[in-house]
Amino acid sequence: MSQNSKKLNMVQAINLALKEEMQRDSSVVILGEDVGRDGGVFRVTEDLLELFGDERVIDTPLAESVIVGAAIGMAAYGLKPVAEIQFMGFIYPTIDQIFSHASRIRNRTRGRFTCPMVVRTPYGVGIKAPDLHSESTEALFCHMPGVKVVVPSSPYNAKGLLISSIRDPDPVIFLESTRLYRLIKEDVPEGEYTVPLDKARIVQEGKDVTVIAWGSMLHRTLQAVEEFDAEVIDLMTLSPLDEETIFKSVKKTGRVVIVHEAPKTCGFGAELSATIAEDAMLYLKAPLIRVTGYDIVMPLPKLEDYYMPTVERIKKRIEEAMKY
Amino acid sequence: MPERIIESFNIKRLDILDENGNEDESLMPSLSDSEIKRIYELLILSRTFDHHALSLQREGRMGTYASILGQEASQIGSAFAIERSDWIFPSFREMGVYITMGYPIHMLFQYWSGDERGMKCPDDLNIFPLCVPVGTQVPHAVGAAMAVKYKKDKAAAICYFGDGGTSKGDFHEGFNMAGVFKLPVVFICQNNQWAISVPREKQTASKTLAQKAFAYGFEGIQVDGNDVFAVYKATKEALDKARDGNGPTFIECFTYRMSDHTTADDATRYRSKEEVEAWKARDPVPRLKLFMEGNGLWTGQYQKEVEEKSRDMIDEAVKMAESIEPQNPKDMFAYTYGKLTSRQLRQMRDF
Repeated sequence: MSQNSKKLNMVQAINLALKEEMQRDSSVVILGEDVGRDGGVFRVTEDLLELFGDERVIDTPLAESVIVGAAIGMAAYGLKPVAEIQFMGFIYPTIDQIFSHASRIRNRTRGRFTCPMVVRTPYGVGIKAPDLHSESTEALFCHMPGVKVVVPSSPYNAKGLLISSIRDPDPVIFLESTRLYRLIKEDVPEGEYTVPLDKARIVQEGKDVTVIAWGSMLHRTLQAVEEFDAEVIDLMTLSPLDEETIFKSVKKTGRVVIVHEAPKTCGFGAELSATIAEDAMLYLKAPLIRVTGYDIVMPLPKLEDYYMPTVERIKKRIEEAMKY
Repeated sequence: MPERIIESFNIKRLDILDENGNEDESLMPSLSDSEIKRIYELLILSRTFDHHALSLQREGRMGTYASILGQEASQIGSAFAIERSDWIFPSFREMGVYITMGYPIHMLFQYWSGDERGMKCPDDLNIFPLCVPVGTQVPHAVGAAMAVKYKKDKAAAICYFGDGGTSKGDFHEGFNMAGVFKLPVVFICQNNQWAISVPREKQTASKTLAQKAFAYGFEGIQVDGNDVFAVYKATKEALDKARDGNGPTFIECFTYRMSDHTTADDATRYRSKEEVEAWKARDPVPRLKLFMEGNGLWTGQYQKEVEEKSRDMIDEAVKMAESIEPQNPKDMFAYTYGKLTSRQLRQMRDF
């Protein structure tokens, strides 16, 4: 196996993961709007139509529910579909299919039918886009048992996590930050490697405060912690949650700051806070702090910079935690 | 420039066996005497199942149940044309389809009594668990048909739903996709005239449901859904066409829900006795009996034997369902994911 590395951005890394998995396994197929001839509106599926043909890279009609619903039928039949929903704001018509069927077909048939499907979708603020193009509603999917939720933060882990997601026996919602798509390049090995779906990653070790982030927020977090002895955790997979890595870190630092792009109320930070409060409260020296988007409708680009947690906001809240 | 007609359509209606048991010989499907008897026996068996299910529910031995009474010809006639390699996507009112396909009957009672294990389809059949959210199974059939086509398997997907289902977005998205990709799928709508309390004419302004297929570029046909020969013939032809790579078909079975929507419903609140009485005359079972009698395939003795055998089978299935070892509460967790999560493992300690 070739292990040459190339400097790739996240779009290229995801494209490479798709290409390699499709080469390896003929049951992997891609379907979605504009994924074929156009290579996807972000070019994530570029060249795959030419390589694999229109039976495996399927330009579908403009209908999100049947994209995911058909993927469920394909998955039950024995394929490994990777469905693309063009923006996370357009995933809502598919929630019936994901919640009512994908998440429960294994349980409803006691394992006779399963749904090894990936739904890829770009999420979050970042490209000055129109209404409903900047959503970050990952917590909706974390609430639903039977579904996994994965959010890569770098080209390297995007490739490894996507390969794991495609091979996973259960439905995975795979959220790709539009802001990160071309923001960073890093060494991405060619050939097969996986990043497991049940492990969070310690990005940097530290002893004073644990800062938890994922996806796009990881990078602002890393800038914000520069003046602190902070341990930074990149969750990568939100559901199922790697509680052990969090508890271990919290027990060490005694302070927790959670950073996410989604609105605060019922955001995934609420689940993390409750989890830590239930099982590691006695190790805490400071109140749990959440740095999040506001409880508002996602603003259009003119105001979006005010919405997103900034490096300054994150830094200020870490300072608060450090007062204890 | 004058206005021109650039498209028009016709919808066929197929009737073969009338209420008096007279058939149109020119349209009769090719069925042997023993196959016709088998169909009749399945009609009686399904009706017996239905009757027992309603009784068990009233006795508190089974949960809410959706009766198939009156729709047996649509279900048995269509399912009789299905091969075991085909994939079936049923709605919640499809017990006649399950029974015709040879699904273990005790598992159906088990399911309706609230035990998920009843929907663990045996390995030699491909029947999805009955679908509760109306119409949402249509995309699954479309996806399975895409997989059949990609794998070049000699099979078809077949999807069942009701008149209410034709109002759902998934019906339209699924039909559209099936048409675009010319998929090997057969859609069977049992138009039983009522979606709980909403009559068919309030469901859609279309004159027929069958014509909806036309908008998606494939054939729709209406058949007498209480005529088992018409349903069988239309389904057989549609399945053969699908397996031969000639695309989807929509079959509207024009039938009637003789019973309440479910055991939790009271249909007398919204429809007249006269209407129900009028449909009784079109019952699918007596007309097949009359046909068979006229062709020397039915006697009083045969009827007695068929009824006894059906009762015995159903009694046996109920006994089996009720004597199955209860589930371990831990089973609630076991099939959420392929592997238990660490949090689930902790939660399971409650049991």
